[in-house]
This record gives sequence, C-alpha cells and structure tokens, in this order.
Amino acid sequence: MSWTRKLLRVDLDARTCGAEPLNMEWAERYIGQRGLASKYLSEEVDPKVDPLSPANKLIFATGPLTGTAASTGGRYSVVTKGPLTGTIACSNSGGFFGAELKFAGWDMIIFEGRSEEPLYLCIENDRAQLLPAAELWGRSVWETEALIRKRHGDPQLRIASIGRAGETGCLFAGVVNDLHRAAGRTGVGAVMGAKNLKAVAVRGTLGVKVADPKAFMAAVAEGKAKLATNPVTSQGLPTYGTQVLVNVINEAGAFPTRNGRDVQFEGARRISAEAMHEKRPTDGKPNLLRNGACFGCTIACGRISQIDRGHFSVKDKPRYWEPSGGLEYEAAWALGAATGVDDLEALTYVNYLCNEHGMDPITLGATIGAAMELYEIGAIPANETGGLKLTFGSAEALCKAAELCGTGEGFGREIALGSKRLCEKYGHPDLSMTVKGQEFPAYDPRGIQGIGLEYATSNRGACHVRGYTISSEILATPVKTDPLVTEGKAELCKAFQDATAVVDSAGICLFSTFAWGIPDIAPQIEAACGGKWPVERLIETGERIWNLERKFNLAAGFSAKDDTLPKRILKEAAKTGPAKGKVNRLHEMLPEYYKARGWTADGIPSNRTLERLAL
Amino acid sequence: MLVTVKLFASLTRFLPAGASGNEARVEVEQTMSLESLIARLGLPHEQCHLVLVNGAYIEPSRRAVVVLRPEDVIAVWPNVAGG
Ligand code: SF4
Repeated sequence: MSWTRKLLRVDLDARTCGAEPLNMEWAERYIGQRGLASKYLSEEVDPKVDPLSPANKLIFATGPLTGTAASTGGRYSVVTKGPLTGTIACSNSGGFFGAELKFAGWDMIIFEGRSEEPLYLCIENDRAQLLPAAELWGRSVWETEALIRKRHGDPQLRIASIGRAGETGCLFAGVVNDLHRAAGRTGVGAVMGAKNLKAVAVRGTLGVKVADPKAFMAAVAEGKAKLATNPVTSQGLPTYGTQVLVNVINEAGAFPTRNGRDVQFEGARRISAEAMHEKRPTDGKPNLLRNGACFGCTIACGRISQIDRGHFSVKDKPRYWEPSGGLEYEAAWALGAATGVDDLEALTYVNYLCNEHGMDPITLGATIGAAMELYEIGAIPANETGGLKLTFGSAEALCKAAELCGTGEGFGREIALGSKRLCEKYGHPDLSMTVKGQEFPAYDPRGIQGIGLEYATSNRGACHVRGYTISSEILATPVKTDPLVTEGKAELCKAFQDATAVVDSAGICLFSTFAWGIPDIAPQIEAACGGKWPVERLIETGERIWNLERKFNLAAGFSAKDDTLPKRILKEAAKTGPAKGKVNRLHEMLPEYYKARGWTADGIPSNRTLERLAL
Repeated sequence: MLVTVKLFASLTRFLPAGASGNEARVEVEQTMSLESLIARLGLPHEQCHLVLVNGAYIEPSRRAVVVLRPEDVIAVWPNVAGG
C-alpha cells in the first residue's frame, strides 16, 4: 500500500528525532495529508493553544498518492493551528519536496516544542538529524536552499524553508519549497519561525510501493488520458496558466479592486495571461518564458517569467534577472487589482519577493490594498509610514511595502500583521476584507454569491480552494449555475468542500479536478492503498474531514457569528458590471448550508451527524 | 450599429483587423443574433465555451435567440479555468 506507514516525530526542545508507526486506523478514515494531519493535530494539540507558542505543533504531511505515478502526485500539506486566524490551518504545496519526503520513507513529520537556537532538519532516508542553522538564519529562501545543498554536497536535496518573513513573525509567512512552490496561506511559516526551525532538507531513494501495481498503472493511465484530452488541462492551463482568469472574472464583474471599493479593474488586461504572452515594448521580450510542472504532473500550469532588466524594481539587482516563478491568478489579482497597480513587471517582482522571503501574496497584496485605503482616507498618518506614499495604483509603493514586509522592517512590520489587525489598529475594522482574519482571494462575493458562502464557512478563513464553486458559477464546469442566484448554493458549496477535502488528503493537485471527478480519482486511490475505496466512501471521508476541522474551530472559540462576510460585501452594492446594485445575500444561504451539513441552526454539528461520520 | 467584441486566450487569433489588445469594435446589423456574430467572426462552435454579453453568461441554447443591441459587449473564451 502506498502509505509508508511511518511518521517522524521531531522534538525541538530535546533535539531528538524518532520514528513511529502511522496510525493506520486513522489513515483508513482520513486518507492522508490534510485529513490525516488534521486528525493528528486535533488529537495532540489543545485547540485553544497560542499558535506561536511551543505547545502548538507543525505537521508536514504527504498523501498516499504523493510520489506515485499518479498525475500531479507531488503534493504535501503543512498543518498547524494558524496564527493569522486562530483556526486550524492547512496549506498545500506542489514542487518536488513532497515526493522526496515519501521516497525517504516518511508519510509525515510532526514537529513539537521550540528550539533554543535555529535548527534545520536533514533527512536522508531513515537517517534524520537536527543541525545548527545559525548561519542560515537571516537568509532568504533562495540563499537557504543553495547553502544547504552546498553544505551537504548534494545538489539533489529537496528543501522546504522559511525566509525572513517567517523568522520575523509575519503572520502570513509561508513555507517555500523548490524556490517558488509554497504552502503559502494561513501563516504556517510563522509557526515554523516561532519554533526556530529554518528548513527541512530531504533526500530519498526508497521509492513508493502501491498495493496493486497492475490495477494502479491502468487507473493512472486512464486518468492521464483524461487530462491529455480535456481542453482545460491539456491546453488552457499549460498555455495560459491560472492567470487566464483575470479577464474572465473582470468581465463577469467580480474582480475585487482597490480593497473591494470596485468590482472591475480598468487595468485588468495589462496584468492578464494574454499580456504575459506579449512582447514588451521596452526590451522586445514577453514576461512569460515558459510553463513548468510539479513532480509527476502532466498538466504543467506553472509560470516561469523573466522581468525586464531595465524595470525600476530590479534595476541593479541581478538576482531578480534570472527566470523564476511568475504570476498566478491569485497573486496577479492581489498584488495588482487589490492595490490598483497595473504594472505587470512590478507585480512579477513582488511575486519574486514573496518566494524569496516566504510570504503569501494574497494576504500581502490584500493588506497593502487595505493600507492604501486607510492612507487615502487619512486613517494612517503620513508620518507613520516612513515616507511611503501608500496611494492606490502606485507601483513604487507596492514594491517598497513588500520589500519592507519581507524583511520585517519599518512600516513593513505593520503590513506583516495582515489586514484585520492593521485595520483594527487604525480604527477601521470594517475595511479589512477578511473572514476569520484571513484575506479574500480574487472573487468578489457580490458578483458570485456561492463563493461568498464558501468564504464565510471555510475552515481556514476566507479561501477559494476549500470549495471552488467558481468552477460551476463562472466556468460552467461541470455544470453552469447562475452566479447571481443564491438558491442551491448551499448544496453546491458543501459538495465542492467535501470533494476538495478528499483531493487535498490524497496527495494530488486540485487542478486535476477540472478534468477529473471523484469517480476518476477513486480507482487510483483504491489500487494504491488497497481495500475498497468507492466514491461514496471517499465523499463521506471528505465530509468527516470537514466536520473534524469544524470541531477544532468550535473548540478554539469560533461560532456561527464568525461565519460572516465584511460589511462592505453585505451592505455596499457593486458599482458596475452584471452585479451592479447587488450585495452578497449570505443570510439566504447560510441557514440552508447548516441544514445541508446536518448542523444545528447555530452551526454546530448535530450528534446525529457526528455519529453518522463516526466522529 | 456598433458592438464591442472581446476574444481571449486561444481565440485571440480570431480578432478582426484593427483590434487593439483583446478587443475590437464591430459593425453589425440591427437584428443580428449572438450566434450569427459568432459565425461571422469564424469562431469554432466547440471552442466557444464561455460567452458573456455585458458580463452575463449566455447558454449555448440561447445564443440563437439573443439579439444584439447597440454598444453590447460580447466576450468569448474557450474552455479555461484557473484558481
Ligand atoms: S497543475 Fe500546476 S500546481 Fe498542480 S501539480 Fe501541476 S504544475 Fe503543479
């Protein structure tokens, strides 16, 4: 079976590493990765714990399909209690690190405690050791990867690390692996920094076994054939990346602009996938060099970009001249529309900074957007920003604010709090476009009703990848629903959330689901894991994971009153586009959603639901 | 009358001469249906996955009955997705 059945427990206080058998009873009920790590966290960590205290734990977890031949099977998740939200936090990354961890023979690593001095963990198959990281502390993600490889004389080490943002307590610091793949959201990097853990380096040569190799290869081949013929996964994503959505969502009137003041951005086209393909007038080269793929992926949606060397942001800074991870849709939106900046090169530069220092570009861009609004209405006095003129549309201000946040200096320390704390501090809590403390992604719930319900109920704060109703409401996949209608959205949202929990726990990429449904994934899991994994069992497992996360959050102190949206979204109507005059009608969807979930009117899973899911 | 046509992603190549960025102004007859416009632009049917008129999605079955009005904005994409 494709679990290694082994986890590594690392005690940072005692500086010990020990192998433990994986709890297979839990694996059968939570699959792996997000689901299984959430189960371990729920069992081992008091939900009321201070996320940045030694009592919190940090889990790196792969899924049963991670490191196998299944397409997109390179994923791992970082699970902890999140410092940005105080909810359970789980952030998913691709690249090559996850598969390498599996090849080394580990399903999971659990970090506990806090080291007195900076350390990094180095794993070579069975051998795991904690090593001093004093000379890595203060270094960027990019420098850290290079230094660790050099120190071990092994260019094939795969590394996940934090940059300066994670070290300096930026509440939305991410964990970055393979230079520009990140467990980006929810601040998991800040927890790693608080533990004085700089990096995890892995080299594995053991391979991954599956339960039924013949059936597995057949299921995998069928899955790959589907990806190769579906227009989205075979053409759209490799050619245009997720960035193709900029114009779609802007035309649909749901592209949050200038901290949600507007729902359409006049500069959208200039920061879109189409623009990334065009030759720049300055140097005659396009921003986009090529696409790229994570381990085992046959979609290859990744963007590899190169900034114009003459652009003000990178002038005389050769380290940004090399090709590196370019803009994805969410980053382009947050760094661009949310701040009103339409300078593609500046956005690409700030995206590089996010990778270099380890920051979530969504929260970074959205927080700078909020700071710009606070500055423009005079709530942030000009003398508090150290000369930074935080006006909407200023590429210079965006770049400078991001640089300061990345290194934890000056006004960057305020940005590093995220928009909820920033807006509270400056007396305008309503201007933070967050749910449970985490910033919205790139879809305005006034123009797309169902995604508003999804933001309000997501277990890690506002998030689109917990239940991507956009697929149906905008992209007509698998079936089209009207984005302006609330009817039926409760069930739609629940269905997407439960299915996504399965995908996130299996070790594969959510983008596979533009071509695959759970019926395509089930035979791959079954052949890899052994036993029977019919679609119904998987969907029920997804629902179990969702309710487990909900229980953690309720125990942490959250309640139905936190399942809401910012006042702006509920009261200030959209000014333009098809949603003109409309707000989000969450109150029409939320009671239905609780009912569909088998929860009480107060949003608490009923005893019957808990029994049904064996929770 | 004039309408604005916006074609994106792989449909960009079907933009008529004189287009700037991803959009073009197109002269059409008063009673022209959305379907006729799509045909006139030479867009392959199976690639017109998302068709929006003034931002609102028009189902394939309704494209023949939707009649264009002056200054309508018609935007078309092949099957695309992101995240
Ligand atoms: S679809 Fe994109 S993000 Fe997902 S595994 Fe493939 S390259 Fe990575």
